[in-house]
Amino acid sequence: MRAPMSWLRDWVALPEQVTGQDLAEALIRAGLEVETVDSIGEGVGPLVVGRVVDFVDEPQKNGKIIRWCHLDVGSALAPVVPPAPVAGRPVAEGVRGIICGAHNFAVGDLVVVGLPGTVLAGGFTLSARKTYGHMSDGMVCAEDELGIGVDHTGIIVLPEAAGLVPGDDPSAYLGLGDQVLDINVSPDMAYCLSIRGVAREAGQALGVPFTDVVDRVVPAPVSAGYPVVLDDPACSLFVALGVSGIDPAATSPRWLQRRLSAAGMRSISLPVDVTNYVMLEVGQPLHAYDARKLQGPIRVRKASENESIVTLDDVRRSLSSDDLLITDDSGPIGIAGVMGGASTECDPATTGIVLEAAAFDPPTISRSMRRHALPSEASKRFERGTDPAAAYAAAHLAARLLVELGGGTLSSDETVVGAVAPLPGQRLRTDLPSQILGVEVPAARVVQILRAGGVAVTDDGDGTLQVQPPTWRRDLRDPYDYVEEVGRKIGFDEIPSIVPTPPTGRGLTRAQVIRRAVTHALAGAGFTQVLLLPFASGDDLDRLGLPADDRRRATVRLANPLAETSPFLRTSLLPGLFAAVQRNTSRGNDDLALFESGAVFRAGSGSAAPVPGVESRPSEAELAAMEAALPAQPWQLGAVLTGAWRPAGWAGAVEPASWQHALAFADVAAAAAGVTVRRVADDHAPFHPGRCAKLLVAGADGAEVLFGHAGELHPLVCRAFGLPARTAAVEVSLDVLIEVAPGPGTIAPVSPHPVAKEDVALVVDESVSAGEVQVALAAGAGELLESIRLFDIYRGAQIAEGSKSLAFALRFRAADRTLKVAEISAARDAAVAEAVRLFGAVQRA
Amino acid sequence: MSAQNAPQGADALRPEAIEASVTAALAAIAAAGTMAELKDARLAHAGDKSPLALANRAIGSIAPTERKEAGRLLGAARARVQQALAERTEQVEAAELARTLVDEAVDVTLPIELQPQGAVHPITGLIDLICDEFVAMGWEVAEGPELEAEWLNFDALNIGPDHPSRGEADTLFVEPVSNHLVMRTHTSPVQARALLTRDLPVYVICPGKTYRADEYDATHLPVFHQVEGLAIDKGLSLAHLRGTLDHFAQAMFGAGIRTRMRPHYFPFTEPSAEVDLQCFVCRGESVGNPERPCRTCKSEGWIEWGGCGVVNPRVLRAVGVDPEVYSGFAFGMGIERTLMFRNNLNDMRDVVEGDVRFSRTLKGVAR
Repeated sequence: MRAPMSWLRDWVALPEQVTGQDLAEALIRAGLEVETVDSIGEGVGPLVVGRVVDFVDEPQKNGKIIRWCHLDVGSALAPVVPPAPVAGRPVAEGVRGIICGAHNFAVGDLVVVGLPGTVLAGGFTLSARKTYGHMSDGMVCAEDELGIGVDHTGIIVLPEAAGLVPGDDPSAYLGLGDQVLDINVSPDMAYCLSIRGVAREAGQALGVPFTDVVDRVVPAPVSAGYPVVLDDPACSLFVALGVSGIDPAATSPRWLQRRLSAAGMRSISLPVDVTNYVMLEVGQPLHAYDARKLQGPIRVRKASENESIVTLDDVRRSLSSDDLLITDDSGPIGIAGVMGGASTECDPATTGIVLEAAAFDPPTISRSMRRHALPSEASKRFERGTDPAAAYAAAHLAARLLVELGGGTLSSDETVVGAVAPLPGQRLRTDLPSQILGVEVPAARVVQILRAGGVAVTDDGDGTLQVQPPTWRRDLRDPYDYVEEVGRKIGFDEIPSIVPTPPTGRGLTRAQVIRRAVTHALAGAGFTQVLLLPFASGDDLDRLGLPADDRRRATVRLANPLAETSPFLRTSLLPGLFAAVQRNTSRGNDDLALFESGAVFRAGSGSAAPVPGVESRPSEAELAAMEAALPAQPWQLGAVLTGAWRPAGWAGAVEPASWQHALAFADVAAAAAGVTVRRVADDHAPFHPGRCAKLLVAGADGAEVLFGHAGELHPLVCRAFGLPARTAAVEVSLDVLIEVAPGPGTIAPVSPHPVAKEDVALVVDESVSAGEVQVALAAGAGELLESIRLFDIYRGAQIAEGSKSLAFALRFRAADRTLKVAEISAARDAAVAEAVRLFGAVQRA
Repeated sequence: MSAQNAPQGADALRPEAIEASVTAALAAIAAAGTMAELKDARLAHAGDKSPLALANRAIGSIAPTERKEAGRLLGAARARVQQALAERTEQVEAAELARTLVDEAVDVTLPIELQPQGAVHPITGLIDLICDEFVAMGWEVAEGPELEAEWLNFDALNIGPDHPSRGEADTLFVEPVSNHLVMRTHTSPVQARALLTRDLPVYVICPGKTYRADEYDATHLPVFHQVEGLAIDKGLSLAHLRGTLDHFAQAMFGAGIRTRMRPHYFPFTEPSAEVDLQCFVCRGESVGNPERPCRTCKSEGWIEWGGCGVVNPRVLRAVGVDPEVYSGFAFGMGIERTLMFRNNLNDMRDVVEGDVRFSRTLKGVAR
């Protein structure tokens, strides 16, 4: 809502010194979101009134005809050097010569002149310059050049009635410098979508008198005018006034055009401008039907299926049975509150109109507006609810303007169907505002504030008030709504600041602690966290090479995705990470170890979530059904590595990022939760079948649980996603990690006894994995084994082809004694024996 | 003087001879500059073949009555030499160590790269920081699913079926729409869940991802992060909301930062307000002062931070809390927006594009 100060001043006695900014500040405190305060034609000027003394039209080579004009701008502003004569006629004293491209003026007209030095809209400064063969000593101005409108069809011709003479400053008359408050009206303050509403708030905010533009009440139903029938409760009131004999040539006066323009609307024709003007001033949208085109009584009803209407914008729209229609014998002539029909539209020959001022059910209008995607100034107001009590006065205001400005005649026969339905009142505890606002508001103050806002208050004297909202305050539904009304009138600045003291909290949950520890451990280990959009394309899953029955193909699809190319929610973090790699490498970031921690989405039961009522807590069954309808949303960790893990440097050669780092990622994440990962070779998309590890962790019951997969990506996956060769990746379940993370552990005593170190080298077949051999050695070694570590792998001439030698360092220690040589040998031999038994390992000498 | 030329036999036990040997020994020890030279001096003057050692052997050849005196003299002489040796050894060792340390100096400005520079994403860091602030006050951190039941995202929060935000232009719906599942448009359903599942009183902070069918540009993301707070207890009022917000604002933006509550409208709170922060760049000095325009607050002096209010009794009833007994407040802020103000985030797209430079920009910690 754009509210010009000059217009507000018609209805609220703002002291002269109150600026737009002052008012904006007061209104903001009262809860109106004033977004900007701008001045019409800010910075434009100085301007002067000039009278056209003389001119000659001069055709130009480019086909244009320009006017060489002589303008009297008053003796005080007479030029130092007189201009060249027009068509050889002598030049009167005190006259300026100016070139003008417009032709909408005559000799003797008063016009608006900018002399050299004048600043125009957009900051352009005029200077005297030679143009079209003349020295042009200024400019004759059009509206757009002054920033007071968009009109550039001609220059501004001032009416004699304005009482201006050459040399006067026309700024005030033109409305220059008038300030306009641009207010973003929240849905609960629909009444502020009008000068009436803003003026009322301004009066309350500044404590100055307010005059209501609504000067008459809605009378009892009468059907003397155009016949109207209401067939649907969604229309509760319909006022119809007839105005005849309007001069089709009459145009809107400048003051009216100026106000529309300041409020952000264009001037179209007198009838349309008047209905818009009244809508802006009162908040009641009006519609004007061409009386000649109406056929039979106006009937307000719901549409039937298969009905359609051609609206004012010449679009045929098919209607839904929920659309409220204005109809006559010809069928629909308007979608109520949304847009009128083309068949009864006023045209340039219209002389007689029927004015409609109605009250409609807001949700009905809202649904129609959205169904037909037709937001308009009118539907915006009806959607939020208008003041039905203002409808009659608004229709009369419009009729009066059409009579005054268009020479029309208002028919004394009027139609009023329906009535103003009172809004429900209720009881309000007088101490509720104090209790909820946290500041003492005496009962008398509560009553005074509510009454000032139009609320009818009866003090029952028992600590409660009987409150009845005014017809324009549909938002006052609950006691708390009245509390807010009191709060914003006393000002939220008055509310003290008290930090509440909650009961003892339990801190972060175990899951939260682990998630945080894991993230920080990974960052500490050299991985960089990213957050990515969780949308996926169907193509992604194919490019990952997923088999048809892979659970990552169980996608959830969005009904209205942001991009049709990515309509799914991700089932894996990897495609998003791959895209991030591409973005990074395209920006020259080649060495990457990226990870993301976030939810993936897996299609679930496909059941519908119930939508219970809101009057009380849903049943446990309803809540359970809601949970059951939700797809699983497990929290995962994913990482992708490419380029150098450590670039070549003075201390060593490059260490390329590889499958090792992807595997280490899982180890680091698990270790942060106190969990150890066991790896076994696996063939799992999207990984290289020979370089993929299945990651297992021990569950609570001792059974192993799948943690995830890691390794080098399949070469075809790298190609499909445009990734560098040998890119490595990992994806593991953070939920599984949290589930299996052990509770507080026990601290093992630190043995003071000496360690015994034994190295063992075993030759095994290439197909035997080092991890398996290590597990076997450890199992064989028994409890004296303190640690075991693979320290060398040998392949070559000294052993058979197709085999490898694995060298392990074993450390033995007992908690209670120094180990004897025989004990150490026995443990070592037992370890080797187990590896021999399981893998046919041969001990190297 | 070498040991070979030293007096032999009883002559060597004459006091003058002993004194001469000592003098020679001290001179040689003092002259030794390295441990090797010191070793030579030790062999020559304190070794088995040194004049003093030889003199010691000659004690048996003199008269028994003179032996005691000669022994005393000789003992003192040898002690002096030993002491000089010890002192000199210490000096030479110290000097040699000092030389070694100089020789072993390294260039400590060399780049050291044990591993790549990892980082926690700035959004994660800020969320953790916010949670820590509230946990320190005794609040708890509540979480919920991003794909949510429509009832919890809207109806339970007094956002009726006809509310514009429930249109496809604002909300991402899950197919089929008849299943009534949406991508949560705010973290408020977590508040509803907290009230449905937790015992009262409830003081929770709910950080997380939220989804809107929104633009993707420098100031809008279709997926962004919010943090919401909810407190439901006996006797809570707008004053407690204000106290909490003041504390939160100062924790985020520094001591002395003022807040302003502007009445506003939200379906789930009543009264509702928007929270503004005093502009921490110009501190309001740019208002009405064209000479000193402020880009941060567009010379308005205040920056809109988030929304808040007293929880609407309709919301409490929908989740089974008696509004006659309990009241409370809720507030919500955008994390990206907070990062814009707090750490100068310029372009919101950076948050979700995964550029490593962005993630590393705060050196991996929230500050």
